[in-house]
Amino acid sequence: METRELICIGCPMGCPLKVEINNGEVSSVTGNTCKRGDDYARKEVTNPTRIVTSSVIVEGGSLAAVSVKTKQDIPKGKIFDIMKALKGVKVQAPVHIGDVIVSNVADTGVDIIATKNVL
Amino acid sequence: MLRQVYDIVIVGGGPAGLAAAVSAKRNGVESILVLERDKELGGILNQCIHNGFGLHTFKEELTGPEYAGRFIEQLEEEKIAYKLNTMVMDISDDKVVTAMNREDGMFEIQAKAVILAMGCRERSRGALNIPGYRPAGIYSAGTAQRLVNMEGYMPGREVVILGSGDIGLIMARRMTLEGAKVKVVAELLPYSGGLKRNIVQCLDDFGIPLKLSHTVVDIDGKERVEGITIAQVDENRRPIPGTEEHYTCDTLLLSCGLIPENEISSSLGVEMSPVTSGPLVNECLETNIEGVFACGNVLHVHDLVDFVSEEAGAAGKHAAEYVKNGAKHPSSDAKDIPITATQGARYTVPKTINPDRMDEKHIVRFRVGDVYKNCYVSVYLNDQRVIHRKRPVMAPGEMEEVVLKKEELAAFPDLTQITVKIEEA
Amino acid sequence: MYDVIIIGAGVSGAASARELSKYKLNICVVEKEEDVCCGTSKANSAIAHAGFDAESGSLMAKLNVEGNQMMEQLSRELDFPFKQNGSLVVCLHEEERPNLQKLYERGVENGVKDLRIIDRKELVELEPNISDEAVAALYAPTGGIICPFGMNIAFAENAAQNGVEFKFNTEVTGFEKKENTWLVKTNQGDFETKYVVNAAGVYADKFHNMVSEKKLHITPRRGDYCLLDRSTEGFVTHTIFQLPSKYGKGVLVTPTVHGNTLVGPTAIDIEDKEGTNTTQAGIDELISKAGSTVKGLPIRQVITSFAGLRAHEDGHEFYIGEVEGAKGFIDCAGIESPGLTSAPAIGKMVAEIVSGLADAQINSDFVGTRKGILDPKTLSNEERAALIKEHPAYGNIICRCEMITEGEIIDAINRPLGAKSLDGVKRRTRAGMGRCQAGFCSPRTIEILARERGVDPAEITKSGGNSKIIVGINKDRI
Repeated sequence: METRELICIGCPMGCPLKVEINNGEVSSVTGNTCKRGDDYARKEVTNPTRIVTSSVIVEGGSLAAVSVKTKQDIPKGKIFDIMKALKGVKVQAPVHIGDVIVSNVADTGVDIIATKNVL
Repeated sequence: MLRQVYDIVIVGGGPAGLAAAVSAKRNGVESILVLERDKELGGILNQCIHNGFGLHTFKEELTGPEYAGRFIEQLEEEKIAYKLNTMVMDISDDKVVTAMNREDGMFEIQAKAVILAMGCRERSRGALNIPGYRPAGIYSAGTAQRLVNMEGYMPGREVVILGSGDIGLIMARRMTLEGAKVKVVAELLPYSGGLKRNIVQCLDDFGIPLKLSHTVVDIDGKERVEGITIAQVDENRRPIPGTEEHYTCDTLLLSCGLIPENEISSSLGVEMSPVTSGPLVNECLETNIEGVFACGNVLHVHDLVDFVSEEAGAAGKHAAEYVKNGAKHPSSDAKDIPITATQGARYTVPKTINPDRMDEKHIVRFRVGDVYKNCYVSVYLNDQRVIHRKRPVMAPGEMEEVVLKKEELAAFPDLTQITVKIEEA
Repeated sequence: MYDVIIIGAGVSGAASARELSKYKLNICVVEKEEDVCCGTSKANSAIAHAGFDAESGSLMAKLNVEGNQMMEQLSRELDFPFKQNGSLVVCLHEEERPNLQKLYERGVENGVKDLRIIDRKELVELEPNISDEAVAALYAPTGGIICPFGMNIAFAENAAQNGVEFKFNTEVTGFEKKENTWLVKTNQGDFETKYVVNAAGVYADKFHNMVSEKKLHITPRRGDYCLLDRSTEGFVTHTIFQLPSKYGKGVLVTPTVHGNTLVGPTAIDIEDKEGTNTTQAGIDELISKAGSTVKGLPIRQVITSFAGLRAHEDGHEFYIGEVEGAKGFIDCAGIESPGLTSAPAIGKMVAEIVSGLADAQINSDFVGTRKGILDPKTLSNEERAALIKEHPAYGNIICRCEMITEGEIIDAINRPLGAKSLDGVKRRTRAGMGRCQAGFCSPRTIEILARERGVDPAEITKSGGNSKIIVGINKDRI
């Protein structure tokens, strides 16, 4: 049996988690104070994921750049592939919160969406 | 000079100002004006493009601009007036706000109530007295954040960060993602000033070392930064000779604390706390000047915008009540019970509470001065302990709270003193 | 072919250029930095010394008193900040009183007006925060405070207005003596001139020694300073020195013309003529000494620390005059404290020497007045409203700490010898000089500089050369 200690990133509380793993299967999570912590721990030891945020250039708008994010969390190992995919991306104003900027970014099946209105 | 009249003027259109405005409107005041110095509403959230906002307020995880967007939407729905690119120059004690912008020039607004929501600024290299040259390439983390996130510019390629406050940690990740190499984060204190989750997802994820009890002792480079020397510090935070490590880099980011921006408040005569550098307020978030309220980072620096919104909502509500009912509480009210922070608790917001006036429950927020493990947060009414809550870990970087109940306070007719302290197990 | 090439656009060079522009001469100032006021002139105590310090009979003493006397009128003609706030040399020990008396007598001999020794009672009335140890002081009502950037820039702008050419980023590398002229070699090409004025600050010995066998030796003497926030305004109103004694020289505590409090300097002799780095030891020394003449100095209100280099010649004297054996080469060397105070008189003296040698005609087109950058804070609210109506940029605050508007920054960029960098804007307008130290305004100032100069924001530097603020665009290296 393997034990891993993690800090939950689910919310700002940062609960210290203890995860017990038996034959690659999570057998228990302790230390969490909510369901979010349990989910995080199970994912983190098997398939860690993250939300990636960045910003891309906007043309013809009131601001120079628009902030963006992956619509869902993506595998941690794909973070830099996503950044590469965002290199050189330019969009035309207007952009609205939730607009898809890049679909299926870096073959993750996840879209990059705008997180700000730029008119 | 143009002179307008509004019931409530809110100085600042960041998260605090927005939430205060919406709340004041929903509490029955129609005539509200928000004055924002930047070119858009939302304040510092506009450059905080990372996620992690809103779990408390919206029960979902949003980025800074999205969180601001929700409140801007509410402001628009409520048809609250605002002016952008507008700087408040002065507020007089009869609540005449003098402001300036390109279109209106200098103008005055006679307000019945004023809500201070100016936010805070970052501690600069100069205030830290870091020795060395003064080349280009030294930025406060927030300045770099604005350049990278809002303007799309790289302020540097190889980066050393001093200070492990949240903005520093967040910028370590942002710079890394955008293609820079973050070599080390040095922290003067023996613990991080940022949230634990930011250490995990901003440093650990990218293998960026965090060196606690370290500081910058020299800056090299006459035109642009060429290198940074850090050294370990002793318990008095003095560098220990012989522990110097040199890093070749072109950039030093500083994330060494935030200071509420109270220059306007001070010249208005608002009494300040030497601990928070923010106004001293009662449970209505009203300052010593009747009808002048404060909320958000101008009051005390928060870690979580959700709590800013909540606090600002309360300020907006109380300002609305003040406008509707007039002064219902002279500031010398004998029933304002002082709250003393002691033994590890550094301050409280509010500073006084009035049992007659308070809601059924009132959250008192505070910070501790050191790291405490397995200690108790205790609240005493006079000398009787009424709250004794165990906390596994408390750190100065994370705001704490206790909830005072009206009925408990009412049970103490001769209450003269409320004390918040940290007690050993 | 120039009549005069002046090396250095610091305060001595700029004052000399302005005085020389009163004559019909073809003048060029060459400066290795990107702007005026980049060396000793930008980092000093910002004081108009009364003139009791320098040895009686020295050129230093003479030019100090003369410069001090010229300052008031000059500040009005050239529109730079100057205030005669008076200075106090504080005596902390009864047994040091004879030294105070000696200083007084030297001052009188040097021609300092209105000097007197005051007792503790009067001292406390003048400065309530004076140290409890203080027993008496030498009071010099003629002592003053100056904006050193303001004065240097004013001299240079007025010189430019009167036809003086300025070449920046131009570093002198050597000289070639021709029959009746000098060939000044620089990194930007060679320039021929009849006269050379060597106003090169800490480098003045290097250039002097290229043309003379009688060597000068200038030591860069570093002075560390701490500048305190404007919220400390009024902590002291006079410039407060400590009477040098066996207990040490002390450091001064002075208000600045803009309402900050300045503490410093240390005096550390170094080798590197560019060694303007502060050190922990220097700052520690400063903080430990600063409390000796005043009590309760709010040192925690520090907003920046910096270091300047005094051009200390071994003989501790100003060397102004044609160099022996180098006809047409005029030194303006060894200009250390009280160099800033003396600058008006130094300029005059250099101009007299050069115009005499050149037998120059008076320039009847000379205009001796110059208007500084309009400071809207000096206007009434009504005037200010009218200004914004005409020029909306004056309604847009860029530096929120010092309340500097876009209008002022645009003026700073577009006037003669205008600002090209963030520091250039800062020295002219104070944008970025406040408590946040340009944290908020630098991205905005970069935008304005780029727009007004018609260049890409990435081209904008902090202070010229390689001091770039922006090094690329996001993701350009991934």
